[in-house]
Amino acid sequence: MADPMRIRAQASGDKATVRVLMSHEMESGQRKDASGKTVPAWFIQEVTAKLNGKDVFSAEWGPAVSKNPFLQFNVKGAKAGDKIAVTWKDNKGDTRTDEATVS
Amino acid sequence: MNKASSLAIAVALALGTMPALAQKTASQGIDEYRAMLQDGNPAELFEAKGEDLWKKARGPKNVSLEKCDLGKGPGVVKGAFVALPKYFADTQRMQDLESRLVTCMETLQGFNAAEISKTAFGRGEMANVTALATWIAAESKGQRFNLSQEHAQEKTFYEVGKRLFFQRGGPHDFSCASCHGEEGKRIRLQDLPILTKNPGDGIGFAAWPAYRVSNGQMWSMQLRLNDCYRQQRFPYPGFGSDATIALSTYLGVNAKGAASIAPAIKR
Repeated sequence: MADPMRIRAQASGDKATVRVLMSHEMESGQRKDASGKTVPAWFIQEVTAKLNGKDVFSAEWGPAVSKNPFLQFNVKGAKAGDKIAVTWKDNKGDTRTDEATVS
Repeated sequence: MNKASSLAIAVALALGTMPALAQKTASQGIDEYRAMLQDGNPAELFEAKGEDLWKKARGPKNVSLEKCDLGKGPGVVKGAFVALPKYFADTQRMQDLESRLVTCMETLQGFNAAEISKTAFGRGEMANVTALATWIAAESKGQRFNLSQEHAQEKTFYEVGKRLFFQRGGPHDFSCASCHGEEGKRIRLQDLPILTKNPGDGIGFAAWPAYRVSNGQMWSMQLRLNDCYRQQRFPYPGFGSDATIALSTYLGVNAKGAASIAPAIKR
């Protein structure tokens, strides 16, 4: 079970800035362990965000994204009190969704 | 205009603009990069994990750490970090945050302290100790260091720490003071603080635990000291050993009045 994300969403004017910190190993598949065996790739492939249940963001990620990734984006039309839900899915099929309220 | 003179102008222009480009020094570039990293410090993930570990009933005795005395009374977390290491009457020894946590994990939760101390950093229960230390340090963010120097042991550890700081040895004939004893020293692009006096708010002792971006690891003070000794090619000091706690006492007392920014973010 993956650790929770930290999501902050702050409204200003007609948009909200969303900051997401995800807890993930993001193993590139290029590294070798102490015994010389390749560490299998394990990274987030899909990231999506919903504003009050409606898709507002989607991204495809690869192994070049760092461990414990940080993502920031703006959502037009989001107001205080709206719900932002962020979901990631990794190449092992593991997934996690966390929700935050726009402040 | 002939070719030679236009070339000369081009050269002059190039020379004229070069210094302007070079004005941003490498360390300024690094500072900008650090500022960009500040927002979204993954140490927050470890803080959340640490808080959860503190409150969760765990270990053979299945109890939480909420009765743990970090020096300010059982269960008091805020302000504990900036007063450690200190002398604890119950264990009759000087302890830093991490060794104290291990004591609590043994006495309250029934874990084997010796077993935890032997575990490599970042693994098993040791990773949990680091997460706990991260959260506890974060709870004192902005507070100023004020270590006690009342007990005889606290004074002794300060003096021992000072000697260790200046003790040269190993194949490089290095001491802590070789790098942290004068102005303007750095390792690669990392500016090294002078730790023989108060290095200022959020520098040196007041910055760890810290998240290391380059390897994605959360580093506690014990690991910081351990790696300093590795870089000096000394044998590794034992986890929570008197030597590391004496050094911490020396650094902590020197940092008196400096505000803590822990958990910080490092390159």
